[in-house]
Amino acid sequence: MNHNLGETPLNQYDAIVIGAGHNGLTNAAYLAKAGLKVAILERNPYIGGATVSRELHEGWYYSNCSYVCSLLRPEIARDLELPKHGLQVVPFGGGATFMRNGDHLGNYHDHDRHYREMARHSLRDANAYDRYTADVTKQTKLIRPFLMRTPPDPTSLKLRDLTDLIDFAKAFLNMGEEGLADTIAFWTKSVGDYLNEYFETDVIKAHMAGSGIIGTALGVYSPGTAYVLLHHYMGDVDGNVGSWGFARGGMGAVADSISKAFLAYGGDIICDADVDQIIVKGNKATGVALKNGTEYKAPIVVSNLDPKRTFLDIMDAKDLPEAVVKKAQNFKIRGSSGKLNIALDGLPIFNGLDPSNPLMAGDLHFSDSLERQERAYDDWKNETWSKDPYLDMMIPSLTDPTMAPPGKHMMSVFVQYAPPKIQGREWTDEDKDGFEKTVIDQISSYSPNFRDLILHCETRTPREIEAEVGLTEGNIFQGELTFDQLLFNRPFPGYAQYRGPVTGMYMCGSGTHPGGGVMSAPGANAAREILRDLNKPNTVPGGYADD
Amino acid sequence: MNAVSRDTMLLETPFHSRVAAMCQVNDWGNWMGYTTPNAYFDVELEYFAVRSTTGVFDLSPMNKYRIQGPDAEAYLNRLATRNVSKIGIDRVGYTVWCNDGGKVMDDGTIFRFGAADFRLCSYQRAMDWLLWCALGFDVTITDETEAVAALAVQGPTSCTCLTGIGLTDLNTLKPFGMRHYQFEGAPLMVSRTGFTGDLGYEVWVPPEKAEILWDRLFEAGKDYLIKPFGSYALDIARIETGFIQAGVDFVPAEEMVRPGRARSPFELGLEWLVDLKKPLFNGRTALLKEKREGSKFRFAMLNVEGNKPAEHSFILKGEQQIGTVTSAAWCPTAKSNIAFAQLEMPEGRVGQDYVAEIYYQRELHWTRVLAPCTVMDGPIFNPKRRRQTPAIAH
Repeated sequence: MNHNLGETPLNQYDAIVIGAGHNGLTNAAYLAKAGLKVAILERNPYIGGATVSRELHEGWYYSNCSYVCSLLRPEIARDLELPKHGLQVVPFGGGATFMRNGDHLGNYHDHDRHYREMARHSLRDANAYDRYTADVTKQTKLIRPFLMRTPPDPTSLKLRDLTDLIDFAKAFLNMGEEGLADTIAFWTKSVGDYLNEYFETDVIKAHMAGSGIIGTALGVYSPGTAYVLLHHYMGDVDGNVGSWGFARGGMGAVADSISKAFLAYGGDIICDADVDQIIVKGNKATGVALKNGTEYKAPIVVSNLDPKRTFLDIMDAKDLPEAVVKKAQNFKIRGSSGKLNIALDGLPIFNGLDPSNPLMAGDLHFSDSLERQERAYDDWKNETWSKDPYLDMMIPSLTDPTMAPPGKHMMSVFVQYAPPKIQGREWTDEDKDGFEKTVIDQISSYSPNFRDLILHCETRTPREIEAEVGLTEGNIFQGELTFDQLLFNRPFPGYAQYRGPVTGMYMCGSGTHPGGGVMSAPGANAAREILRDLNKPNTVPGGYADD
Repeated sequence: MNAVSRDTMLLETPFHSRVAAMCQVNDWGNWMGYTTPNAYFDVELEYFAVRSTTGVFDLSPMNKYRIQGPDAEAYLNRLATRNVSKIGIDRVGYTVWCNDGGKVMDDGTIFRFGAADFRLCSYQRAMDWLLWCALGFDVTITDETEAVAALAVQGPTSCTCLTGIGLTDLNTLKPFGMRHYQFEGAPLMVSRTGFTGDLGYEVWVPPEKAEILWDRLFEAGKDYLIKPFGSYALDIARIETGFIQAGVDFVPAEEMVRPGRARSPFELGLEWLVDLKKPLFNGRTALLKEKREGSKFRFAMLNVEGNKPAEHSFILKGEQQIGTVTSAAWCPTAKSNIAFAQLEMPEGRVGQDYVAEIYYQRELHWTRVLAPCTVMDGPIFNPKRRRQTPAIAH
């Protein structure tokens, strides 16, 4: 009998990545591509983290958490040959907000159809939309080139940081005085105030404001939400900036394809491996210990977990600078959303929209004013779920025939707001039922046949998301996307270049730059920094030049 | 018949009423004198219908020639570069045909209905050439372009959609096979062919059954997310899967004005279509000579870095210009930037690296990009389902 089983070279790696979310997988893939012997340790029996699809009702595939794809960097998809490994991202067309008066606002891809649709509600707003689009596009063009780059440290005097800072400053200065003022406004304003400058019609503003609050514990009138809107606009599908799509087969196909790339580079994925602690000796990471006692050794340990989990759960405060522990404690990562995944016996019909309209395949909403969205946030502040929630609802089976049997449908309903705790206590099953009922009631009030079509419903409050995925409070972005937690401040000042406070310890999750969404950029950027520290050739592609 | 009337407005295909009803963006083009949609509702979504569900394309303007008679096989062997005798009954063969100089006039498909009964589908109008080549052969050649309406039904759920209109056991049809059914009291022929590189079929019916075919197909395909697609979406799909197009990737030889601008099958990467063992066919002597002495150009599929399509680009080797791009697209399923190029021999071997000189304009400002590119060893998109028999069901 070998008492040293845990010490055998079997458990010895060049690098260990904790968590098989899309960023952990991406990070590991690039390290393995560089020739490192890499293992990913995943707590769940399946990979994907929040990028997962599971057959929870026979014949229906649920993308339980993340549900649409746009931010995934095309450079990474191409470089890791994800299409060859089974990934196909299919864009969807437009969307709609249904109104209480029985009408709706459609969002058409075609510019002139969209103009006509908006003009039904307001001729002036329809015309203002072009100016709005140009202004938002300026902001996306500013940020996009920095997605695949490590944020420079503004306090560093290293040549690399200084050069990068100059690049950064140049991009800002190129905006001109007025542009710079707009930029600062954009990064600090509320999405409500921002939209009020362009539009006069409630439903038009409400339709656009949704992107400013999704995944965020802020309301449409909270400062900082204009940036969140930008975060949802800066992705692209096949070069169409702002476009969104579905991964064919569900979001799990993203994680599956990256894992296949990783395995093809010779990596190991170890599931059911619940990490207890990152082992630190002499201020150096040397490996990890699982809850079951197994140890894995590696001079490089990368955490895909959020900053709170990383520094407060799987690291010992004794191994960390006090300031880091403090920063992790103060890191804003608030639960704000829940999700219903619903198997439907047929296609629901919504008031005012022909079911064959392509808008049905897009993102659907029911909040037709900023006022209603702000009131929904009031409930969150009062520590209960929104009684009139903001929904981001999709029927992916109208685009992807693999999600449900023919003629049947799969519905994904992202719900905002859902607080991490109800009146200061944990969510109970009764709360969850009440939350589910609120959402189904709202949909039913716009769709007469919806309720009768429900075959199965999976409801996830922040409690379930945290328990299953491990995201603190169920925050989908691994931390709020507010200016104080972006760029060289993400996750905290001084630690934005993916290196932890302990030698050999790194972060690669959405809690690092450029943040959440199924982007894979944090994972890739972290890999580039690790390879740099190891003096290994870089395997991570540069970003496509924006035009 | 429309074609001989004095009305010279663009013609409408037998599907026009249905096509027009679905053409939400009214983006029409002129294909061989017919009004056909460039786009129906959204080029990208139309493209993805082909790759993810089912796309339907009105193929009716395609030139179709019936070739019948005791010498039909011998005649086609004389016309085409490939060995037509090897195409079995109820089988289809892709081919090119050359002029006497061994340069490609067009590419197309030969459908074999019987021992002495064929249909040739061509991109170009070909009657003059077909009759010219028929001297001495006992064949009749009929232009049946207007007599046959056709739809391409392409994509992963296409077999299921077509089975739904009564084409039973269609899943057992092999690639390049054809089969005959009765549809609404008329003959319907279906072939497992297409221009998208995906699982797909082409359905051929008399024009008077066109509208009912469209209606039945879209009804049967509703739950399988069937959608129409126009020529813009088709162009992306064909580039992604490596199909060249006459008039785009080569100049039809007999239309060439400037010397040296036409290409041989060898120069278009179509050597596999040339059977030099056949004793005599148009262009054989010239092709034998080219085989001996070497070709002047080579067709290359390039994987281009970055995301700017290398449309109309020069291909550079160092400072030297060694070729030009004929077709280019960002390919959304393969997530790759693909270009077809004509390169001067001996350039263009698989794995060789060049630079594409790309120009693009944004807000009236031209930008030049020098994008590294590599010669690929085959099309980037070539899924298993394209060949699988029985065809995948949904």
